[in-house]
Amino acid sequence: MSANKEAAPALEVHNLTATYDRQPVLWDIDFSLPEGSLAGILGPNGSGKTTLLRNIMGLMQPDSGYVRLLGQDLAKVRAQVSYVPQRESVDWNFPVSVSEVVAMGRYGPGKLLRRLRRQDRDIIEEAMERTGILPLAHRHISQLSGGQQQRVFIARALAQQAQIYLMDEPFVGVDAATEEAILNLLGEMKNRGHTVIMVHHDLQTAQDFFDQAVLLQTRLVAAGPVETVLNKENLQQAYGGRLNVLSKVGQLAAEKQFPLREKAFRERKKPAHGESD
Amino acid sequence: MEKVIDFLSFQDPTVRLVVAGTVLLSISAAVVGCFAYLRKRALVGDALAHSLLPGVAMAFLFSGQKDPWLLLLGAMISGWLALGAMELIQQHTKLASETSIALVLSVFFGFGVLLLTYLQHHGGGDQAGLDQFLFGNAASMRSSDLYAYGLVGMVLLVMIGAFYKELKLYCFDPDHAEAIGLPTRILRYLLNTMTVLATAIGIQSVGVVLMAALLITPAATARFWSYRLRTMLFLAALGGAVAGLGGSFASYLAPAMPTGPWIVMVLSFLALVSIFLAPRVGIFARMWRQRQNQRKIIRENLLKAFYHGLENKEAQHAWLSRPEWQEQRHLPEWEWQIGFRQLRRRRWVLRRSGRYRLTERGLAEARRVVRLHRLWELYLSRYLALGKDHLHPGAESIEHLITPEVEKELLRELDYPEQDPHRSPIPYKS
Repeated sequence: MSANKEAAPALEVHNLTATYDRQPVLWDIDFSLPEGSLAGILGPNGSGKTTLLRNIMGLMQPDSGYVRLLGQDLAKVRAQVSYVPQRESVDWNFPVSVSEVVAMGRYGPGKLLRRLRRQDRDIIEEAMERTGILPLAHRHISQLSGGQQQRVFIARALAQQAQIYLMDEPFVGVDAATEEAILNLLGEMKNRGHTVIMVHHDLQTAQDFFDQAVLLQTRLVAAGPVETVLNKENLQQAYGGRLNVLSKVGQLAAEKQFPLREKAFRERKKPAHGESD
Repeated sequence: MEKVIDFLSFQDPTVRLVVAGTVLLSISAAVVGCFAYLRKRALVGDALAHSLLPGVAMAFLFSGQKDPWLLLLGAMISGWLALGAMELIQQHTKLASETSIALVLSVFFGFGVLLLTYLQHHGGGDQAGLDQFLFGNAASMRSSDLYAYGLVGMVLLVMIGAFYKELKLYCFDPDHAEAIGLPTRILRYLLNTMTVLATAIGIQSVGVVLMAALLITPAATARFWSYRLRTMLFLAALGGAVAGLGGSFASYLAPAMPTGPWIVMVLSFLALVSIFLAPRVGIFARMWRQRQNQRKIIRENLLKAFYHGLENKEAQHAWLSRPEWQEQRHLPEWEWQIGFRQLRRRRWVLRRSGRYRLTERGLAEARRVVRLHRLWELYLSRYLALGKDHLHPGAESIEHLITPEVEKELLRELDYPEQDPHRSPIPYKS
């Protein structure tokens, strides 16, 4: 691992622009989050919250800009980052059991052609215990409630034993038990100095859950400590409708299939600064 | 008859070879097909099978012989072109993916038929029996063909064994596979190549037109019986093997008959049986469950009626006559018969010279049903803002559904109430 751990922020998003079929979804997003923070990515529907997460996880290539985790490219710190997607992103009729899904948290490029070890099994069991799904270990995943399915995904992320957790709306459609389990985990992560970055849509609870906030509306409205971000003016900007000119330009780009950046100005991943390696 | 015995005794080495080859390639197609099925790529499999035809015809056109390895190479190339074409169409046009699949299927298959027709008239394809590639003929395979296809089938099975856990993850949640740094692009190529190969080795025995059935039907059938991928793969392999055996048997008995349709017949039979007989999801299982529910409803309604009769007489453990019991609830005679038989069988009711009494267990059960009914009415009126006159119908069916766990929660939520919204007492244990 790199020596500049203290200095580097947990997450650095640099001038990130992303489009779907040339329709811009994120415009020049630029912010960073310190290590050990519990951060909420907030904003109205369609403001690009999930897209931002997918770009951070490398599941989508940005048109321009780059992301750095723990001061490094994702490829170098993958093992330190774990991702909890939205529950609907998979088919819950797939023929696997709860413990099999959680075990997937222990898979990795270094484990091709190899069975999981006993040590992996122990970690998997502990992750299930911490999310309260150990009694369901042998159930087929379609037999679970929505909240239990969410906890399966969280257990899988825990089994990865990462330092940064990215979660996409884990609170959506879950029961009280699951909500409590997630909140307990957040507290625990915080105590261990881990970073949690969570897409969230409920402003009411955001103040209580998070210490950092990123407020999106296809552009970045504000990022920083939650008290300073969630003020009336910022919320008005985020929820009071889109910027007229910006959305018109976006539509133009999609209609004419125009690139948002000329080639010479596209910023791609640069080697991480300085002393690492 | 003699031929049947001949076949079943496996004395003839050619029979043994044909059977072994067909069964092996059926197994590998069925196992590979499970992954295509789980990725919801069943249609792609069909398009792919059809798209192999031009490659096979080309291989024959250029080499002038029916060498299995050359045919496989030709099939590979044309299968990959078809996959690439589908992907390109999806990326660069706004056509729905099923449109791109249909387009590629028809264009490739049409071109293949064109080539085949040309070969039959000009290239000596007639003698080579190229028309077998359309519907398959297992008995026409030579030993060199069988060795080649069998070997490829084995390699496919070994590959799946080796990358089992990664393939499982990739099919279930490709994003997670990508996020933890698995080589997802390679996994996708691997799966696609395996699908192409699994289809290609079957074209001679099953034919391109029906090969998709061998890829997808065993998977769909196995899914009815299994909730684990491992079991599913095993059952699909078993189904494929049975179909392969049936197909080669038919082909041996009637060499003029194409094999593909026979294999499809066997597979469809297995699928049909599964649709009816599968546990939990099968049609019979569903019907059985409906019947059980119906009986529970009748039984509990009878108990409830008895309890209401007791309430009217303000006496418990009393004997009721049949009319006293029945006036509480008007059920058709057959429902009374069924319900009463069930109460008797459970020893919940006693009869003495035309009068009836609930046993201790029966009374407890009756109290439970009435309690749930009244609790649910209370819950509805409190939380769903329903008027008093609208409560009863909802509670009529929910009372049969609520489990002891839900009842506990309901009681806690309502804080152990004494009366329902109609001021009837809620019966707890006496």
